[in-house]
Amino acid sequence: MEHVPTPSQTAGPYLHIGLTNKHSVTQIAPPAVFGERLRLRCRVLDVDGAPVNDAMIEIWQADQAGRYNHPDDAPSPDGHFYGFGRAATDENGTCEFETVRPGSLPGPNNTTQAPHLNVAVFARGILLQLHTRIYFAGDAANDSDPVLALVPAERRETLMARPDPEHPGSWRFDIHLRGDQETVFFDV
Amino acid sequence: MSKVANERSVIRPYHRYPEGSQPPRVYDPYRSTPSRNPAKPLIFLPHTLSEITGPVYGHTPIAETDNDLTRQHVGEPLGERIIVTGRVLDDNGRPVPNTLIEIWQANAAGRYQHQRDQHPAPLDPNFGGAGRTLTDDNGVYRFVTIKPGAYPWLNHYNAWRPAHIHFSVFGRAFLSRLITQMYFPGDPLFAYDPIYQSIPDEKARQRLVSKFDLETTQPQWALGFRFDIVVRGPEATPFE
Repeated sequence: MEHVPTPSQTAGPYLHIGLTNKHSVTQIAPPAVFGERLRLRCRVLDVDGAPVNDAMIEIWQADQAGRYNHPDDAPSPDGHFYGFGRAATDENGTCEFETVRPGSLPGPNNTTQAPHLNVAVFARGILLQLHTRIYFAGDAANDSDPVLALVPAERRETLMARPDPEHPGSWRFDIHLRGDQETVFFDV
Repeated sequence: MSKVANERSVIRPYHRYPEGSQPPRVYDPYRSTPSRNPAKPLIFLPHTLSEITGPVYGHTPIAETDNDLTRQHVGEPLGERIIVTGRVLDDNGRPVPNTLIEIWQANAAGRYQHQRDQHPAPLDPNFGGAGRTLTDDNGVYRFVTIKPGAYPWLNHYNAWRPAHIHFSVFGRAFLSRLITQMYFPGDPLFAYDPIYQSIPDEKARQRLVSKFDLETTQPQWALGFRFDIVVRGPEATPFE
């Protein structure tokens, strides 16, 4: 390492001006993309369980075959797939994405990572973005996921999106920034 | 396992942030940090394909005036016209080409074009305060804008933020994603600003302060400031 990376600073309360007013990306995968389509509703909550109405969530995910649209991964067979999303939370602390369920992909030491979405949370009061992952509750592949294996069993639930019983095809994921139900965040 | 699968399990991990170079999650003088950051320790994550890949292709086209915040409206904004330029490098010293940079800022009076900003300073109909550009093959970017004003906030009694421009940079990986703030040299508010002061290492803090640059400055037109950005880069050795 020759250079020390630039320090992070909070995105502040007005991040919408530069990042989401014109350039939010709520369609992580356009309709032409292969795969099981789903809607994902994320909610960000603070230590008191109060909605965080000025956060931004960014998502990065693989396609239904488990490939990232990136030069360091094998070429994606699906030319329409992009894999990036971002949105600001509303007054209820929520934001919604449309995407496809990602596939499993290789992990370290010949393991297989279960389908997951990579998440970064930015907001006023967050000096350095928080990284977490969204897995799908009930997916059999979760049992052998090498990253979930690093998480104490009683906290894995915080990384699970759950199907919304009222809306088939919709999933919900709550991000508790702090508190009793605190979401697991990763040191990446 | 197929050849492709084999190749895909060989990962070149990225460098971790050096001690003291980044702000802590909770910094009490910045009062909204304790309620919005975890109390439990983060879980150390060895890097996988998920962390070392990221959105490198840009997600919307860049328009011609996107990097000139003084030409996005009918008239010119009020304030001191400036040029802000620099390079995006990774921590190995390699330029990061073709990466998206987004900026946003207050106007010359210290007011953001935002419904939640209640600072009683005038809005400028000719200033929206948002810009974006891609770095060139050498990692160089350039914006034309106006110098933002300082503005008050409610963190503590008589709290004022030093003038700053918010910068958002992607780099090559989801873990190289960086959102930061660029400051201006010699600002008297540095000593009183908990956001700037949250960075433990004095040298690291100073990396957020742009440098006045006479070569960038254009006669009879605009002052120039240089601000180089370093994002995390990969280690030399791959890891299986």
